[in-house]
Amino acid sequence: MTRLKLNNRIVETDAAPETPLLWVLRDHLGMTGTKFGCGMALCGACTVHVDGAAMRSCVLPLGAVGERAITTIEGLSPDRSHPVQKAWLEIDVPQCGYCQSGQIMSAAALLGANPSPSDADIDAAMSGNICRCGTYPRIRKAVHRAAELQRPAPAAATPGPKAERGR
Amino acid sequence: MTARPGNLTRRGFLGAAAAGGTVILAVTVPAFGRLRPAGTAAREAAQLNAWFVIGTDNTFTMIVDRSEMGQGVYTALPTLLAEELEIGLDAVAIVAAPVGDAYVNAGNAGQVTGTSNSVQDAWEKLRTAGAQARTMLVAAAATRWGAEPAACRAENGVIHGPAGRSLTYAAVATEAAKLPVPKSVALKPRTAFRLIGQPRLRLDSPGKVDGSAQFGLDVKLPGMLYGALAQCPVLGGKVRSFDAGLAGAMPGVRRVVLTGSGVVVVADHFWQAVKAREALRITWDEGPNAALDNAGIRALLDKAAASKPGLSARADGDAAAALTTARKSLHAVYELPLLAHATMEPMNCTADVRPDGCDLYVGTQVQQAAQAAAAEAAGLSPAKVRVFTTLLGGGFGRRLDVDFIPAAVEASKAVGAPVKVIWTREDDMAHDTYRPPALEEMRGGLDADGRLIAWSLHITSPSITARASPTVTDPFDSVVEYALNCPYAVPNYSLTYSRQEIGIDVGYMRSVSHAPNCFAIESFMDELAAAAGRDPVEFRLALLETKPRHTRVLQLAAERAGWGHAPAGRFHGVAFMEGYTTHIAQVAEISVTDGVLEVHRITCVVDCGQMVNPRIVESQIESGIVFGLTAALWGEVTLIGGRVQQTNFNSYRLLRANEMPAVDVHLIDSDAAPGGIGEPAVALVAPALCNAIFRATGRRLRSLPLPGRLS
Repeated sequence: MTRLKLNNRIVETDAAPETPLLWVLRDHLGMTGTKFGCGMALCGACTVHVDGAAMRSCVLPLGAVGERAITTIEGLSPDRSHPVQKAWLEIDVPQCGYCQSGQIMSAAALLGANPSPSDADIDAAMSGNICRCGTYPRIRKAVHRAAELQRPAPAAATPGPKAERGR
Repeated sequence: MTARPGNLTRRGFLGAAAAGGTVILAVTVPAFGRLRPAGTAAREAAQLNAWFVIGTDNTFTMIVDRSEMGQGVYTALPTLLAEELEIGLDAVAIVAAPVGDAYVNAGNAGQVTGTSNSVQDAWEKLRTAGAQARTMLVAAAATRWGAEPAACRAENGVIHGPAGRSLTYAAVATEAAKLPVPKSVALKPRTAFRLIGQPRLRLDSPGKVDGSAQFGLDVKLPGMLYGALAQCPVLGGKVRSFDAGLAGAMPGVRRVVLTGSGVVVVADHFWQAVKAREALRITWDEGPNAALDNAGIRALLDKAAASKPGLSARADGDAAAALTTARKSLHAVYELPLLAHATMEPMNCTADVRPDGCDLYVGTQVQQAAQAAAAEAAGLSPAKVRVFTTLLGGGFGRRLDVDFIPAAVEASKAVGAPVKVIWTREDDMAHDTYRPPALEEMRGGLDADGRLIAWSLHITSPSITARASPTVTDPFDSVVEYALNCPYAVPNYSLTYSRQEIGIDVGYMRSVSHAPNCFAIESFMDELAAAAGRDPVEFRLALLETKPRHTRVLQLAAERAGWGHAPAGRFHGVAFMEGYTTHIAQVAEISVTDGVLEVHRITCVVDCGQMVNPRIVESQIESGIVFGLTAALWGEVTLIGGRVQQTNFNSYRLLRANEMPAVDVHLIDSDAAPGGIGEPAVALVAPALCNAIFRATGRRLRSLPLPGRLS
């Protein structure tokens, strides 16, 4: 049995240690919000947080997780109240939606490390997450909006960095 | 007009469905806690037609018969129904329709989500169904009150009558369901719309931001096992023999099953199945494609293009004669590659086969075809197969095919348990039904005044229709549709089609004929304009002058893009199309520095008639532009020895966030009937880019994808 710190709980799984965390989450623990896209860390659909940093769970063996804390889309908030989720709903980002768990987890990790990202920062942080539907213009807007939403109240009245591209 | 399917009674609906009772799978449970999907906790008060269920608590569950693959049908279709039903949209549940006659798409002659016509098909049908149901509910309330229906009105799920009386829809639903369906109902004029035309939020977003949205990959059934499918790496090949060998003894493996699609390793968990698949020893019968490569395909197409006159699909005037007398004539051949759909969710299917029936859980664009495929694989009659449509993690036409269904059914039947077969990305890339390659040969003739007096288009391509719809006898095929309907006024117009198969399955891909045909037509338009010494926008306008919607879209796109005033070092290229009953123009703004292309901005103006939801229209235009740009820059599937060389996103490149140009979408307000929106924008990107590149470099690119360096 392997113990995992997952979404602020301790869970146990009998999955083999070489099993990628993605499949442990999905098949063994029944948490299907994290998606399979490529299996090679190329598309970002499987993005989770490992100690707050975005990581691709499709190439992270269960046995390599250790004591680090895992957060999945299910654990980001209990009620879609994370600023990134709120912004995603406000801007109406998703189309097919399949990649969006990964997009949201990458955006949340970005804003955790950089509360006021520029367009270039967003491009750099989000370029590992493919969206075949092409929601990129709305993702950029939504990341800026999430940055506004997570700022302390007084600052929230100040307009965020203006998107230079997209509309 | 009253659409026939909207008149179906509850009996008709249930008769059409596979079975009574809980035949509907809740695939999306919106975030609105008090609501539950049909057939679960909420008690059903009544069902008045095929399109919604009223709960005893006056909640509403919408039954949507088109598959949600990002294009917004789970919002647009309920909006049409709710508009006339007089209910709100803030708290409705949505379920996918089962297979049923009521759910046939008249425009596609089947229960099919494709051709960008979901809204066009539903526009009258669902508003009529909503108005009929509202009329029945009001009549039931009026009867109970002994009042005239005209003295009652419906608002937000409640009927208000004389003397301040009111009843919820749920309270009278049972009585209303017994009333005859009114034959004719008046539909609201556009000026009275509450919901239609408003830029409202999508109904399916909540589940897509918290991970609860259920795609095919996410289906969980009690006792479900997982399957990994080994298919012949050569397209069209088969299993000659196999030895399960070590695979059968690997952890978690339950069974190794030979199916018509290949060998399925069934295990407790998917990763176990994938690892065990590597241990299979399979001898393949590689079949007739063992030596197929791109040069061979090109040679087949070249030979066919040169030797076959082709079927005549359109012949206005006498193009051949006019071309010989033209003052100036042009000839160009455009070439389109094989493309992969590359949906983000790889193909997958869950089947639960029992002796008495089969349940299929699948993201599909074709419920009836999925049912038929499963029935054949299970050895059951189609009526014994229930299809539960999940959300689709991208469709783009890939899920119009059902090739990924039988293996799951056969595996489930063999092991006597539900089985979910998942394709890896590598499986998905190697076994797509690819967008067919094409050669599109154009000839054009100008008169002394530089007017286009004749042109001929000769398209050589494999047929999609021949395989996908064998009963369709139309010789023109879906690979020439846009050229057939091209709106430019050219007095002598010839379109011919040479069908040349290439040995592998080709399929429908978003903007099916429009992307290839529009690439050739709109590129050639610019070549003709240059030969005539005319501005490309003016040249097109002269061929559209009796068509005000076309003209306006093109003029507005030029105006918004600053046509003729590109910033220093940047260049514009234009493209126009009327397709899917939508009028659309794009201007690409690019620069080329040391041979490297940069796409700065794409301006897109759209008149798609009345919009159900402009926010979704805008997102679909952005989506189409990304799809078209991806294909133009990098899209190409190559074969060596019948094996697809692209395996994953490192060798089949898709556009990423940092590569996204600015996009300016402008939607024209219109009273016209709705047009399609999922596909049109894809088609214009490549020609607009190539036209801009010509202006920047003087080099005319007639083959896609674009070369990595332009000099």
